[in-house]
Formats: sequence, C-alpha cells, structure tokens
Amino acid sequence: MDWQTYLFAFLVGGGICFLCQLILDLTKLTLGYLLTGLTVLGGILGGLGLYDPLIKLAGGGATMPIISFGNSLAKGAIAEAEKTGVLGVLTGMFELTSTGITAAIIFSFLMALVTRPKG
Amino acid sequence: MPAKKLNPKQAAYQKKVKKYEPKPNALRNAFFAFVSGGVVCLLGQALTDFFGAVMDLPPEKAANPAVASMIFIGALLTALGLFDRIAKFAGAGLAVPVTGFANSMVSAALEFREEGLILGVGAKLFSLAGSVITFGVVTAFIVGLLHAILPGG
Repeated sequence: MDWQTYLFAFLVGGGICFLCQLILDLTKLTLGYLLTGLTVLGGILGGLGLYDPLIKLAGGGATMPIISFGNSLAKGAIAEAEKTGVLGVLTGMFELTSTGITAAIIFSFLMALVTRPKG
Repeated sequence: MPAKKLNPKQAAYQKKVKKYEPKPNALRNAFFAFVSGGVVCLLGQALTDFFGAVMDLPPEKAANPAVASMIFIGALLTALGLFDRIAKFAGAGLAVPVTGFANSMVSAALEFREEGLILGVGAKLFSLAGSVITFGVVTAFIVGLLHAILPGG
C-alpha cells in the first residue's frame, strides 16, 4: 500500500472519465456506443500487452473502468491459448472476467427479487 | 420540427428564448466526471488493498473481489433509485467504471420485473450490457486467435 498508487488511481481513473464525458458532450456518440467502444479498445490494448502497465501504475484507476473488462477477456483467452493451444481461446475467454459477470448477474437478480415491480 | 417560416414576432421570441436555454457546459460536466470517476477508482483501489490484506492475495487477484464489491455498490444504488440522481452530476464518472455496468443490468432487471422473472428479468437482463459483452468477446476472440496463430505471439 503506497500513497502513489492512490494518487494515480484518482488521476488515471478520473482522467478516463473526464475524456469520456467530453466525448459524450461534444460528439453524437451515446453511452452505449461509448462503453462498447471502450471494451473493444480494452481488448486490443490487452492483446498488445499495453494495458497491464497502466494497471501496475494506477491500480483501481485502471481496473475499475470498463476498458479493463475488454483487457481481461483478451488476456484470459491469450493466457489459456498459450497453455493449451488454439482451443484455449474458447476455454479461457471468461477465465478472468467470471467474477464480474457472475456478480453482476447475481446482484441484479437479487435486486429484482427484493424490489417491488414498477408500473 | 418542420422548418416553418416564422413571422418577425416569432423570430424575436425564438431569439429571446435561445438566450435563456441552458447550454451544456462540457468542461464543467467533464470536471464533475473527473472528480467522481477518480473517487470511484480510489474506492476500488482501497477495496483491492483491503481484500489483498484480509485474504492474503496478490494485487491482480485482489482486484476480483474489489470489482465484485463495486458491482454490488452500483447495483444497490440503482435499486434504491440513487444511481440516476448521482449520475446526473457524475455522468461518465459513474457510468464508465464497473458501477455503470452494474447499473445497466439492474435497471434492465427492474424495468422488466413486471413481465415476470423468466421472460422479464431472465430474458432482458443483458438488454443493455449485452453489447459490451458481445463486442468484448468478439474482440478478445480475434486477438486470442491472432496470438495463437502468429509465430511469436
């Protein structure tokens, strides 16, 4: 735990959100397109091995934004492919992102159960 | 609206109204997104360190429970109806981190709750988040194949 990681987490995470807000306000791009684009960007950066250095520097500033989701998908697929061959692309795809997807499904389902239906 | 020829009085009115129309202040919104996004990521980092210390995990593994916790926070805020109120100011600061991913799924779950658990919640859960997963997987699939096929990875 060092304070520099916290500083960079704030600056990098905030900076990413800053740029995204500018894109939303100044272009016609809507949130859905932006988030999808960020995920694709994360996949490409992950494939090139360019996103991990940012995670090392900024910690949560890099792992919290949705770019990290694309990066983790790509890294899971690549890591498993290196171990088991081409088939690893299929088996390793959700290796690293399973926590996020499972948590999101479970919590969404629970929230729907405990909340009164609208309308 | 069809472009209609305005009489002088209407034109003057339009001009007057335009002066009072709220202008989207991009820089101000971006500043709020910076601060709120920074705080969300700071919290994520704090949770990563917390889980790393408590469960004795290396940082890259400790990010998993931290992400799950942030998803829970995003889901809870959405269910309580607080997410949209905060997002009005925070904008991308709340939508771009994983809290936004949780929000898109929970808001879909709540919106279609009245259509039942199976055809509503079950079927529509990914109606917003689906495109992120689909395009993420397609990208990662191509990237992974290239790595596996190209010599030297």
